[in-house]
Amino acid sequence: MTEPLQPPAKKNPQLRSPLAFLPPVPRSRAALGLTARAAEGRFALQQCAECGAVQYPPRDACCKCLSTDLPWTDQPPHGELIAETTVRISPDLYFRNQSPWRMGTVRLASGVSVLCHLHGDVRKGPVRLALLLDRAGQGTIMALPEQEVPNMADDPQLRELGTSPKHRRVLITDARAANAPALVRALLDAGAAMVFVGESEGWRRWPGRAALDAMERVEIVPLDVTDSASVREAAGTLGGKTDILINNAVFLRPGGALDRSDTVFAQQELEVNYLGLMRLAQAFGPAMRARGGDGINSAAAWVNILSANALAADPTHAGYSAASAAALSLTQSLRADLRGGGVRVMTVLTGPTDDEWYAEAPPPKLAPRAVARAIVDGLERGLEEVACGDIARDLVERWRQDAKVLERELAEGAGR
Amino acid sequence: MTRMPYDGVVLTAPFTVPYQRYSNDAAHFWAAKGLRGTLDAAGLRPDQIDGFSVASFSLFPDTAVGLTQHLGLGPRWLDHIPMGGASGVVALRRAARAVQAGDADIVACVAADTNQIDSFRKLLTAFSRFAMDASYPYGSGGPNANFALITDYYMSEYGATREDFGHLAVAQRANALRNPNALMKTPLTMQQYLAARPIADPVALFDCVMPCAGAEAFLIMREDEARQRNLPFARIGATIERHNAFAEDPVQLRGGWAVDVDELWQMAGCGPADMDLVQTYDDYPVISVMQFEDLGFCEKGEGPAFLRERDLTVTGDLPHNTSGGQLSAGQAGAAGGFIGLVEAIRQVTGTAGPTQVADAGRALVSGFGMINYDRGVCSAAAVLSGESA
Amino acid sequence: MSALDMLATELATGAVEVVDLTHTLDPDFPVIVLPPEFGQCARFRMEEVSAYDHRGPSWKWHNISMSEHTGTHFDAPSHWITGRDQPNGAVDEIDPANFVGPVCVIDCSQGAAQDEDFELTPQVIADWESEHGRIPADSWVLMRTDWSKRSGAEYLNMREDGAHSPGPTPEAIRMLVEDRQIRGFGTETVGTDAGQGMHYTPPFPAHHRLHGAGRYGLQCLSGLDRLPPTGAILLAAPLKIRNGTGSPLRVLALVPGKDRT
Repeated sequence: MTEPLQPPAKKNPQLRSPLAFLPPVPRSRAALGLTARAAEGRFALQQCAECGAVQYPPRDACCKCLSTDLPWTDQPPHGELIAETTVRISPDLYFRNQSPWRMGTVRLASGVSVLCHLHGDVRKGPVRLALLLDRAGQGTIMALPEQEVPNMADDPQLRELGTSPKHRRVLITDARAANAPALVRALLDAGAAMVFVGESEGWRRWPGRAALDAMERVEIVPLDVTDSASVREAAGTLGGKTDILINNAVFLRPGGALDRSDTVFAQQELEVNYLGLMRLAQAFGPAMRARGGDGINSAAAWVNILSANALAADPTHAGYSAASAAALSLTQSLRADLRGGGVRVMTVLTGPTDDEWYAEAPPPKLAPRAVARAIVDGLERGLEEVACGDIARDLVERWRQDAKVLERELAEGAGR
Repeated sequence: MTRMPYDGVVLTAPFTVPYQRYSNDAAHFWAAKGLRGTLDAAGLRPDQIDGFSVASFSLFPDTAVGLTQHLGLGPRWLDHIPMGGASGVVALRRAARAVQAGDADIVACVAADTNQIDSFRKLLTAFSRFAMDASYPYGSGGPNANFALITDYYMSEYGATREDFGHLAVAQRANALRNPNALMKTPLTMQQYLAARPIADPVALFDCVMPCAGAEAFLIMREDEARQRNLPFARIGATIERHNAFAEDPVQLRGGWAVDVDELWQMAGCGPADMDLVQTYDDYPVISVMQFEDLGFCEKGEGPAFLRERDLTVTGDLPHNTSGGQLSAGQAGAAGGFIGLVEAIRQVTGTAGPTQVADAGRALVSGFGMINYDRGVCSAAAVLSGESA
Repeated sequence: MSALDMLATELATGAVEVVDLTHTLDPDFPVIVLPPEFGQCARFRMEEVSAYDHRGPSWKWHNISMSEHTGTHFDAPSHWITGRDQPNGAVDEIDPANFVGPVCVIDCSQGAAQDEDFELTPQVIADWESEHGRIPADSWVLMRTDWSKRSGAEYLNMREDGAHSPGPTPEAIRMLVEDRQIRGFGTETVGTDAGQGMHYTPPFPAHHRLHGAGRYGLQCLSGLDRLPPTGAILLAAPLKIRNGTGSPLRVLALVPGKDRT
């Protein structure tokens, strides 16, 4: 039985804040395939393209037929726990702090044996497997109960492998964004201790402010991602208690690269979507990285909501695609920077949203609630890569298959 | 095809460099000590050997190659055995064939490792690619965790109890008390064994070896050479070696010995019952139990019952790991793959001193090594006999 | 003694005082807001380049950016379509003599306090002239509303139907430009036009007529209550930006010292 997780006690100011240790980081290149699949929440293993044998641990050649063609293939996430132990002594600093740590051997139907983390409610017998990123951001396998059990997510080992908002304090950077109210509600429902929402240009009235302001555990704070001083100011106030930062600030104007003779919108798109992220990263990143080991409400995750056209440009939104690509690139660097503190960086790629800037796009369009749901789900599972909605998922899939083909497809209808 | 016997080749000059819990010296230091010890025992100078076989984890970035220049050796035959607990028997197999074929006249086999304060952790971090990718990130228990899983599975499959494993550990401690070089110097009772601090359930403190620095060494030469030099020697009755056996087993319950056990006894011309002593690779008791089973002393799963009825001490009916083994003498890295072999040479040559088994004519030595992922990959065994046996 | 010698003396003695009519350039200071499909007025932004640190050990400086029409700013004739063909219509072309001159201040603060859409009408001008005399040609006319004392959302006062702030009617601005031949018109609000000025005919009459006649605008002025109705000298020199349509600037006024009032 998993005990329900209690809110953290107030910190003793005389004690040094716990350091963020990471579980072992080194991996072979093949094993990074696990990390890549865990980042998207897939349970996939290498499977020989020639003989079909499932491989584990990750290999460079099939252990049955020596084929070197071992594509990552989704596997039934089920197996049987046949041996288990509780590691009480470890020379590794991370596991020394986390001990005792349960792990075991799970036999998959495909015949491979997998050493994995064990959820506290798992016993010998059938288990469900999940491929989850650990605090070092590396893909690891965990055995979970087959069925949902009470307080399942509160299991200490499972929580270590996720970035759940429960009991954590969240900063949403743009209160004016269409998805802000849905995000706030979803985070509160998921148990967030507090949601701070950034408001730019308080001198411009906006609808919905009063409703947001009236919510419990919600606080509107001044924050304009285009203003370095404002971002620094906000970080000075909230930097030490931002456990999860969700950057939903976005600026876009439709239009091809040749539709205007100026860079006004392009600059603004870079200011908000790219430089805004840079400012937030510089102001909030260091404190979050330093608080990655800070107990139940440790700094845990950074979420960037970006257009899926960061991967491949939509020529009818040329500037926005470019700015999104810049932001995606910076997100990758930020991820590397925050990894040292055990802080996850999640990219949420979206398709056309249901708002004035995609008025001409045909449905389906992304509703704010769907974005909010995807983010909370991604946080709870500790994902790094989330494609939100059918359009984004489809685009990511096509990009994976052939980026050049996708570029050509996206060019249809443009340039006339 | 019938394998060629090891006629005319012998093992001699067994030497153990007393172990130290921690050492600031490099593996090269310990290798030199081991080599000099075995050469001194045979009355040889370094330039009189023409073959050199090395096993070590902590030589990095050097290998046996670097050691030749480091130690001023000029061998015409050189080997490096990266097989951990199987390296003793494997070194023996290779060197014996080289001497037999005339590729070398005298081969010095040396296993040496140092143990600096943090070197065990560093070794675990990058022990093997599979361990790095798929084992160490899961609690970082190292071999303790791997063997905990194997022990757990063995116990649930065959109903073994912790007392069964304690039976081996307690007897080995008794043996170690006879060995002045053993790191463990105090007696161990079953009660103490059972009450020990848990490390990785069901593995507890006295199931685990103590990493240390040390070296083990011996020489291989032609029998006439040994006779000429008046050296007591051991003959090689049979050997086997196997890697990555039973890869399909979900958890390791048997090792490669089970594949080759019939060949071993056939080549040796005797059987388990003929052994005057047994040296198993004992990094955890469960693996010693498996070796008794896989090497034909009893059926699979019957190891605990078989051993329970036997006295495993030096003076018992089945002397086992007579120097105290790794569990009580210490695990000096790759030298842990030599400890049983070197002790067995002493035993069958009647030079074991305080741990000497009376009338020790024949010995079985078994090696097991390299937890590459979830199980030991290398297994090997050899039957030795004394001059008179 | 020359007039300038006298001015220097009076400045030294305090007989003439310098009043600052400028808002601080602040990233959070309101700017005009247009429908979002239009390019917007860039807010004032400041990036620190170094601050006596590893980025520059002995010096501190910033990069700044903004629109020509951010903060307290000057509108040149070329800002508006009606003024596009005016000679010397860009800030760098304007005769600098226009940057210093007399100023009349029409106090609309009471009306603006009661009505956020208060209109400056010909009648208000006529009433002011009956008290202070006819507005001299080539003088600045500033509409005092005390709007600069507002802050936050109250300043732009944006509602769903647009901004609500005082300004001149088309007739009033026609009167000032054509009948009084003023040099320029200034306000304490975000524009020279009323918040609802787009609903007049022509829309934005102050911009339309002032710039169409080659006259200037000043907006986001601060503290016009410190100016006398007449008798002050306004100093309003925009940055010399090639083809600039306006510029943030420091607006100063020379006013009689307190002991003279």
